Amino acid sequence: MAEPLLQVAGLSKRFGGFVALDGIDLAVAEGERVGLIGPNGSGKSTLVNCICGTLVNETGTVHFNGEAVDGLLTHERTRRGLARSFQLPRPFATLTVADNLRVPLLYTVNARPGPSLSAADIDARCAELLRLVVLEGKAGKYPRDLTQVEMRKLELARAMAAEPKLLLADEAMAGLSQSEVDDIVGLLIRLNERGITIILIEHIMRAVMRFSQRLVVLVSGKKIADGKPDAVIRDPEVEKAYLGQ
Amino acid sequence: MRSWVFFLVCVAVGAVVFAGARLVQNDYVFFAGYVVLQFIVLATAWNILGGYTGYVNFGSAAFFAAGAYTSVFFHKFYPLPIPVLIVLGAIVSGLIGLGMGYLTLRLRGAFFAIATLALAVVLQTLIVNWNYVGGARGAYVIRPESVPLIGNYINYLFVIMLALAIIAINVARAIERSQLGYGFATIRDDELAAEASGVPTLKLKLVATTLSGGLMGMAGAPFPYYIGYLQPASAFALDYAVNSIAMPMIGGTTSWIGPLIGAILVATLQQWATVSISSELSLLIVGLLLVGFVIIAPNGIVGLVQDRLRGRTK
Repeated sequence: MAEPLLQVAGLSKRFGGFVALDGIDLAVAEGERVGLIGPNGSGKSTLVNCICGTLVNETGTVHFNGEAVDGLLTHERTRRGLARSFQLPRPFATLTVADNLRVPLLYTVNARPGPSLSAADIDARCAELLRLVVLEGKAGKYPRDLTQVEMRKLELARAMAAEPKLLLADEAMAGLSQSEVDDIVGLLIRLNERGITIILIEHIMRAVMRFSQRLVVLVSGKKIADGKPDAVIRDPEVEKAYLGQ
Repeated sequence: MRSWVFFLVCVAVGAVVFAGARLVQNDYVFFAGYVVLQFIVLATAWNILGGYTGYVNFGSAAFFAAGAYTSVFFHKFYPLPIPVLIVLGAIVSGLIGLGMGYLTLRLRGAFFAIATLALAVVLQTLIVNWNYVGGARGAYVIRPESVPLIGNYINYLFVIMLALAIIAINVARAIERSQLGYGFATIRDDELAAEASGVPTLKLKLVATTLSGGLMGMAGAPFPYYIGYLQPASAFALDYAVNSIAMPMIGGTTSWIGPLIGAILVATLQQWATVSISSELSLLIVGLLLVGFVIIAPNGIVGLVQDRLRGRTK
């Protein structure tokens, strides 16, 4: 069996006396679409933060693309191909939409070994990404001029601009209408078809079920289920965690 | 406009300013003009850290004084021409900036600002207790009467500060339009998102503190020759910390032109108030202007103009 793209082993994180993550094991293969669900406070975002290097885990290891990335700073992990979008969009407010995409191209893609992108290449990539997320007409606008769904798309496009191998999309659909959710799910599936492995952290079950090939459930910092989505949601322990006894 | 064209335009404007000052045939113009130019350098330097990356530095006086005392040290140890002293002052203050960056990297907002203020206090205490550079009693720096080609020494100092202002403005503008400028802007807007986009925020903050400190040190290096007698109270004066923050705030912090506008406006007003009303009034003017701008135009004059233009195009 091929080595997984992401391998998390025995990962734990505490905030004072509160155990946010307790010995998490997770392996994600290249090209997979994984849904990560769990009630509020179950540790989903903490896990994303530990994988991306925003938080430092006390125990356990994170291997990405065959390399231990523990101890690397967030930007070093991004440059290795591990990108994320944030639960609440965090655009660069004083930069235009196109410039928001320019940043990862300059600092991540051009920082990788090999020939650098020229200014014209960068412009072309920005235009292509904006087309992909259907924001072509907004290139010169500032994030404050965007709607909620456009902001979510910009957040995903910026993560995509880093040309990642693995994208962690943290609640990319929170607060969106049904049609907007469908829009984002369609976009994520299109990105996956381009060869990007995606872990979707989400509360909207309809979106998770449509997107995921595999479902992982966290409750109180522990992984309680991992498998095919249809089987996982019928798991009594998952039902108990979501609906109570 | 290309960088070299902009540089040539700046040199041409500088030449016109110098020729205009000569036409007046009054040395006071050079004395007052030197101060205005000095604040253009300080405000531009402060803005590289405070405006571009959003890290507010209250310790501008420390970097300025480090440049000034580097000159005093070498004046006594091994006299050197002012351009060389400027380079040395920039190196010393740049290194202090780098050190400060390392020590305060984990701090943000008010905590970073307090740390920079503390740096100024620590450095002033060191200077007060360092007899070689005059300690608390101060040091005299006797400047020559005149220099070849330019003539009067104050004219020479004016030309030097004019050159430093041109350098500072060109450095700030070049940063703004470069990859470094994008990196600085992401730090100002959202450091977490910047890291997630691959921006090495720690490294860029060190570049900003070093560059900003180095330029402030450059502004301080000729100061002992301007003032003739340097004491800690004048080198570490509150004016430098307050003005170098207020001028970019009033002009606008997101662009190189903001500190330039702010410095010309406020420093000229201060110079005018000093001779026509009261020298004590100058800081009051800055305070009132700052309060006024924070209320009316929080993004400074540049922000106000941009908002008006945007409103017109909508």
